[in-house]
Amino acid sequence: MRGAKSAKWVAGAIVVAMAATACGGSDSGSDKDKGSASGKPAGYVSIDVGEPQKPLIPADTNETNGSYVIQSLFTQLLDFDAQGNIVYTNAESVETTDSKTWTVKLKAGWKFHNGEAVTAQSYVDAWNWYANIKNNQQNAFWFGDIAGYADVHPEKGDPKADKMSGLKVVDETTFTIELAEKVPYFNYKLGYATFAPLPKVFFDDPKAFGQKPVGNGPYKFEKWTHKKLIQVAANPDYQGPNKAQNKGIQFKNYATLEAAYQDVVSGNLDIIRQVGPTDLPKYKQDLGDGAIEQPYAAIQSLVPAFYSKTFKDIDPKVLQGLSMAIDRDTITKTVLNNTRTPATSFTPPQVKGNQDLGTDVFTYNPEKAKQLITEGGGVPDNKLFLQYNTDGGHKEWVTAVCESIRKATGVDCVGDAKPDFPTDLEARDNDQVKSMYRGGWVADYPVNVNFIKELYHTNAESNNGRFSDKEIDGLMAAADKANSLDEAVKGYQEVEKKLLEKMPAIPLWYYRINGGHGKAVDNVKVDFHGDLELPGVTVK
Amino acid sequence: MGRYVARRLLQMIPVFIGSTLLIFLMMYALPGDPVRALAGEQNVDQTQIDSLKAEYGLDKPVLVQYLMYLGKLFQGDFGMQIASQRPIAEVIAEAYPVTIQLTMFAFVFTVVAGITLGVLAGLKPDTLRDRGLLLLTLLLISVPSFVLGRLSQYFFAFQLGVVEPNVSLEESWNELLLPASVLAALSLAYVARLTRTSVAENLRSDYMRTAVAKGLPRRRIVGVHLMRNSMIPVVTFLGTDLGTLMAGAVVTEGIFNIHGVGSLVFEALRRREGATVVGIVTLIVLVYLICSLLVDLLYAVLDPRIRYA
Repeated sequence: MRGAKSAKWVAGAIVVAMAATACGGSDSGSDKDKGSASGKPAGYVSIDVGEPQKPLIPADTNETNGSYVIQSLFTQLLDFDAQGNIVYTNAESVETTDSKTWTVKLKAGWKFHNGEAVTAQSYVDAWNWYANIKNNQQNAFWFGDIAGYADVHPEKGDPKADKMSGLKVVDETTFTIELAEKVPYFNYKLGYATFAPLPKVFFDDPKAFGQKPVGNGPYKFEKWTHKKLIQVAANPDYQGPNKAQNKGIQFKNYATLEAAYQDVVSGNLDIIRQVGPTDLPKYKQDLGDGAIEQPYAAIQSLVPAFYSKTFKDIDPKVLQGLSMAIDRDTITKTVLNNTRTPATSFTPPQVKGNQDLGTDVFTYNPEKAKQLITEGGGVPDNKLFLQYNTDGGHKEWVTAVCESIRKATGVDCVGDAKPDFPTDLEARDNDQVKSMYRGGWVADYPVNVNFIKELYHTNAESNNGRFSDKEIDGLMAAADKANSLDEAVKGYQEVEKKLLEKMPAIPLWYYRINGGHGKAVDNVKVDFHGDLELPGVTVK
Repeated sequence: MGRYVARRLLQMIPVFIGSTLLIFLMMYALPGDPVRALAGEQNVDQTQIDSLKAEYGLDKPVLVQYLMYLGKLFQGDFGMQIASQRPIAEVIAEAYPVTIQLTMFAFVFTVVAGITLGVLAGLKPDTLRDRGLLLLTLLLISVPSFVLGRLSQYFFAFQLGVVEPNVSLEESWNELLLPASVLAALSLAYVARLTRTSVAENLRSDYMRTAVAKGLPRRRIVGVHLMRNSMIPVVTFLGTDLGTLMAGAVVTEGIFNIHGVGSLVFEALRRREGATVVGIVTLIVLVYLICSLLVDLLYAVLDPRIRYA
């Protein structure tokens, strides 16, 4: 009997549970229109930007998801137009006479979203905080040019000061930046999102601020439903040139590119930044005028590890030969579905100082490739490895590049797969790359220096191939001594010509954005580093 | 009964500690440093990496890290995420409800549809109805869930237009209907087959003949006598299935863009957020343990001959 009783009880529970779920199912089923299902206020634009990795602090964000939000909330001193020319946003002017001391004049009357005035002090305090090693900001090294950086960010131990001596407030809207050494292109660096100002509330509680930022940009922060959505509203008092043409933006998190694409096609999402490989063949047909295909300032290269057994003391001729053994045209067209443009130099065309190197090193030529490799003494063991991470969709082209090298030169080429990006990075950091690795670089600012100095200077932060050449370093130092930007750019053009003789990397191709938007929005433009310019998007 | 339950609950402790330790060690063994990975292609200076590691206790030996983790866990503290700097308990609390909703939905679907189909087929074995069911379940078993997911998405959302392709942010019940049935498809097939065999077998047993001879109404014969004995293997399967469904939700959640535990654990793995992975898996282990206890207790209900001292 005991058994029977409890059996009834269990059955009863199941019935109740089922009734409850069934009710829930039918209740919300009927009366729901599309508008409220997507939960988007009228006049807003939605885009597939996922959850930022970190709290929203300008100097602690360098991945794209976070920077999209940061760029909508904060405005720096200046920005760039599609051609890579400077457009002043919060600054009235940024001037120098000797490339060492820069004077910044701010536009008057700018306010943070909480009503506080944006002053010279807002910038100076923010930059000092960002640079301080105690605050562990990812992008702290961007302030390394400023005099006194070593005091707030020493190699080891506690900071000796909490202010950089190079930053001085002159008056409410003017401040000066003194650099440790000449940097003729310093004003271009100021366009990077890291140089944003901060209101006073930030310093009371940086942690809370990171969840609910108060900026000075074209949009105001509205809400952040973690892992799902960030919503910002247009700032009606904004005075910059990039004032929002829509009422707000929803940054929505999608699990996959395919899911986001489906939502664009079915009208639940306005803009997708990148169409996934499965949908690439048909996206132009699906989206019509909404399809976006545009090159931007980013490059993919193969970087030899100059400490490895394969490439230690290698003759650059071998690397030139390997470069000529890669059939860039065919691979970009077939394997990469036309999403890349074959590279012809070390810098992408969108940056200042990009030049025609007048060389055939980047052109497919099996005979000459073989000849150069033989002249250079060949690849040790006649075998090389190509390291890449499998979580980023690189496998297909790596296989194709290897196949191309093998066929053209007879050098055995093997992909060295790492399961994901952290593993790949660890091998690079610890000098464990067997021969070469897949390198990628997106412009931080549109000047050739960004693609040369930050990658191939002996002390460069991101020089993981450990390329080191006194002559190149010397040429860079000379170019940095220039008094004007044009002179410096020319200097770096000379460096680039020299790079061709030394081959610190084999450039493969430039990136292209393959995104799209639905019928509800218009005027979707792409900026020089491949981000969509959201303030200009209009809602039909 | 009470002592049995108490003993089982006590047994959970070593299982719990063992499984969390294992996952902890596995996460530790994976290459790739969560702090360094934050910076991506750009490098960060070592001092900064070291100070962040010290802040999260990542510079200590793995066993010390584990003990620290356990110590905090017993105070209800799951730790902090390295990248987002948010408490892991909060992150999990956001993701868990929707996964539980999805799993329960799938589970109910499995139970109701699976058992009904199984009984229908089992009562008349080797008829056309039975063969049809076998064929259907064979299909469900052999088609992987991501294929089924994509196919149903294609038909119901793009061809017929009856549902939206993706689950929206509010995750209402009707939106979860499609993903839940996809998730349930595989276990549904197993449940139907198990029930069918069990029912078909018990139909020929002595007590059935007795029941029929006593002149009991058919409803009672099938509903009480037959069902209760046939349910034992099915319940065993269902018990472990709840945990499997929860883990299997990873794929389904990805296809239908549901922001549940699946995407959370995948992302945490990629970013080497050990504490987050251990936290989620710990909860799944708990679900498994509790389910298997419930199953064992249900045996006694179904068959009074099974007694627990």
